[in-house]
Amino acid sequence: MIVAERKTIPELLNILHGYKKILVLGCGTCVTVCLAGGEREVSIISSALRIASRTKGLCLKVDELTIERQCDNIFIEQAAETIEKSDVVLSLGCGAGVQAIAERYVNKPVYAGLNTKFLGVLEERGVWTEKCAACGACVLHEFGGICPVTRCAKHMLNGPCGGSREERCEVRPDRPCAWQLIYKRLKDIGQLDRLSSVELPKDWSTSLNGGVRSIIREDHRI
Amino acid sequence: MSLKSFEPVIIAFCCHYCAYSAADLAGSARLQYPANIRIIRTPCTGRLEVDFFLKAFERGADGVIAAGCEEGSCHFKEGNLIAKRRVNSTRNLLAEIGLDKERLRMVNIGAADARKFANTIKEMVETVRKLGPAQAKNDKNPQEISS
Repeated sequence: MIVAERKTIPELLNILHGYKKILVLGCGTCVTVCLAGGEREVSIISSALRIASRTKGLCLKVDELTIERQCDNIFIEQAAETIEKSDVVLSLGCGAGVQAIAERYVNKPVYAGLNTKFLGVLEERGVWTEKCAACGACVLHEFGGICPVTRCAKHMLNGPCGGSREERCEVRPDRPCAWQLIYKRLKDIGQLDRLSSVELPKDWSTSLNGGVRSIIREDHRI
Repeated sequence: MSLKSFEPVIIAFCCHYCAYSAADLAGSARLQYPANIRIIRTPCTGRLEVDFFLKAFERGADGVIAAGCEEGSCHFKEGNLIAKRRVNSTRNLLAEIGLDKERLRMVNIGAADARKFANTIKEMVETVRKLGPAQAKNDKNPQEISS
């Protein structure tokens, strides 16, 4: 899932400076699961903005709405009426959601209320970690299902670097060494021999180096 | 409103199993405490969410107390510990908003601790009185807290 984190209230007030009727728009998908931009967070941020507005004498009118998915036109249309009534939309969707809303409502300022962080999983309650860099050419099969591109701080495809201590990464001692994990995992599934071959340099043209990425599926087009 | 005449409104979310009983006992024991509090009984402080505290301020509270069981004796094992983390997180959010952190406080009061309950309320009322009105109330909100 996409993991995001809310901006601070002073940051939001700065972004919303000059507007009076604000719509805080939540998204019911990834950012709901990572507790950053769902219905509950919309309510919290809206309350915080209203209180800040009163204590600072800003006279903001803050409305709340959460739609199922901000990156899907079918759901975006459900918010049309409410968006039209507001001066500005503060989207609590991920970066894709914010842009999808902005593209759909060309005359309406749409701003991001969250910082979109990474593709990750819920490690334990309240802890999310990055698992995928969306590099566009998955090599997980080579490394026992553990991604060195994302989870090795040095992105090494031919590791380990030799700097880890007690199975911990030397760059981020709070994190396990990805190559230690890869070694253990390959050993457990009887595929240690995979480590004897040298991984060739990765083709990064499938990642951000190749410009904006898109997928066209002719079999699904109308 | 001058500070001298300012009577703060304090919302006290009290756990049914401890702080609420302590409040009840304080009444039975005829212990005096300020009439500034409005008690809301909750099944456990673990039920309280960030939103509850903010809504209380929006509806006219000048201070909010989350009163749970003593640590280690929560009826639901760790509800009061969950509440403690949520209160701390909300206190940081209040600082971002521009409200003093001291307007929201987590306290742990046993069911038999009527005196501690009365003293806590007295302290909170004095703290909030010094801070002055929160001025966070939404005038257009029909569900404001009545005096």
